[in-house]
Amino acid sequence: MGDVHIGGRNNVLITGRPDGPVMMLANGFGCDQNMWRLVRPALAERFRLVLFDHVGSGQAERSAWRPERYASLDGYTDDILRICAELELRQVVFVGHSVGAMMGVLAANREPERFRQLILIGPSPRYIDEAGYRGGFSASDIDELLESLESNYLGWSAAMAPVIMGNPERPELGQELTNSFCRTDPQAARVFARTTFSSDNRSDLARVTVPTLILQCSTDVIAPAEVGQYVHAQIPGSVLITLPATGHCPQLSAPAATAEAITLFAAGQGP
Amino acid sequence: MSSTAGGDPGDASDPCLSGLLEDSAEDLYENAPCGYLSTRLDGRIAKINRTLLSWLGYQAGDLVGRRYFSDLLTVGGRMYYETHLAPLLSMQGEVGGVALELRAADGTRLPVLVTSVVKTDRGGEAKLIRTTIFDARDRLSYERELLRARAEGERERERLQDLVATLQRSLLPPVLPAVPGLDAAAHYHTASPDELGGDFYDLFPLSGNRWGLFLGDVCGRGAPAAAVTSLIRYTLRTAAVYDADPATVLGTLNEALHQQYLRDDRSFCTVIFGVLAPDGDGFTLALARGGHAEPLLMRADGTAGYLSMPLGQLIGAWADGTFAARTIRLNPGDTLLLFTDGLTEARAPTSDPSGRYGDEAFRAFARELAPSTAAAAVAAIVVLLESLDEGTEDDTAVLALGVPAG
Repeated sequence: MGDVHIGGRNNVLITGRPDGPVMMLANGFGCDQNMWRLVRPALAERFRLVLFDHVGSGQAERSAWRPERYASLDGYTDDILRICAELELRQVVFVGHSVGAMMGVLAANREPERFRQLILIGPSPRYIDEAGYRGGFSASDIDELLESLESNYLGWSAAMAPVIMGNPERPELGQELTNSFCRTDPQAARVFARTTFSSDNRSDLARVTVPTLILQCSTDVIAPAEVGQYVHAQIPGSVLITLPATGHCPQLSAPAATAEAITLFAAGQGP
Repeated sequence: MSSTAGGDPGDASDPCLSGLLEDSAEDLYENAPCGYLSTRLDGRIAKINRTLLSWLGYQAGDLVGRRYFSDLLTVGGRMYYETHLAPLLSMQGEVGGVALELRAADGTRLPVLVTSVVKTDRGGEAKLIRTTIFDARDRLSYERELLRARAEGERERERLQDLVATLQRSLLPPVLPAVPGLDAAAHYHTASPDELGGDFYDLFPLSGNRWGLFLGDVCGRGAPAAAVTSLIRYTLRTAAVYDADPATVLGTLNEALHQQYLRDDRSFCTVIFGVLAPDGDGFTLALARGGHAEPLLMRADGTAGYLSMPLGQLIGAWADGTFAARTIRLNPGDTLLLFTDGLTEARAPTSDPSGRYGDEAFRAFARELAPSTAAAAVAAIVVLLESLDEGTEDDTAVLALGVPAG
């Protein structure tokens, strides 16, 4: 299908239909671009897909990671806009999952002319509850998550890390490690988790001018239904679809329905 | 040696054990020394063994068909499950050895290690998730101890870095003295926060309205290099008080350092020493060097080049040292850069065949900058050093002396 592995700082991969509309896929906190593997074949038939890993995870360049740069979503958003600029992408359909969805909102607010549509899967502009808003979590829950991260460096081996991270052209080096799709440098994971779960992007939603689809799972503990409703209410003219999928990752638990909803909206035959 | 005839190598022939070993599959499942849990793909609990129920304080009816696996986790654990484990199970069909905490019916927490496998039907379609759960309380206390030890290690490292930074500062002037009519600036770039570097510089008053200055580089790094640096600084300052002729000062330093060198053959250095005296609208500068890189002069007219001067020997390595001074004039608009080779030796993408940043690149950089001021030149070098970033393997010291343009 004419895959082009560009690599670089964000381990960019271009795949799919060469003359299709451009669709950028951004995963959230936790794993890497493999999160899209089950919807990729269906989307690749119609779209030119641009996949990448966030710096600090997957096969992105470890040396590009700076705690101060990635301590806010702006650092990740800068990377997305830089990829768009370097590849001269226009009319981008941006598909973002979880915190990747919020990065899309920030990117589209900064350069609206670059994006044709936003498709937000399980977005949440604010995870922590506060007066008049229910995000689903308390600040101490976030600390518990950090503890879980601390005791589970999935497939991470400090000894192997330089080898794997430094050899994106030799991915076989990483294949011995299981859990590699969710392998993250512990330090980077900690900062990313804090950034993700403590950010507050509620005020950015109303400024979105790009046509937006929100894909919500029927049961999602990370982004509950009421958060999806909130995002829908805040983004002018947005469309909300609830997928018959449990969990936070419909692209894995209900890939056919997810790919179909994305394709219909992006092909302009949206509901 | 007892007979194992009959093909059963186990102890089933032992009448005391045979009864116990005739376990039923059900008993093996229900009363296993670990928890067993089967869930549907969406996480809903389909089956759970007695061991796990007793750990949690639930009846099967409380959970089966009603609750999800993630309901048994702490909120943070649930977030971790949704962002890491559920995706991994979908992608690779299994995930093992994950540390989580279960919440029992009475609210207490049970640290466990979890392994899950996706069970497929004959057609290869995923149907169920089977999970084995081990009590990890002992394991947890062991890991906490490791984490505590790591945190302590990190604190110690911070302490070391603070100490190194403090010591390093003590080997450099806290601020450069204000010399009337001169614009001076300096920068010290540390290649490693864990280790003392061996670069040094100073600018200090002498009698007769003159000023001494030096910049150099001691062989090696760490505490031994710092001790030698300290010796060099005091020797140079003292020698300059007796006779400020740069060649004589370097000769004195060579004698002092050579005594040290006889005891420790790493005690040598390169250095450049100068005496500055006001001269009309500029300064006269007498300079001598011992094995050190030539300084770079940026002229008021926008040209830049290295000052050619006698090389002089490496200081300390030989008993007899002969050094020769050269005198130059700094006119308004001129800026002189003294620097150590951490900069020019940095690994960098360059035309230099050595793969190092190189003297030629630095000269081109200075030519681009000229005419400049001491502060602006040092600021530009700070940016340059940042751009070389990981290529800098050694510390870099820079001392810039400029005469403000009329």
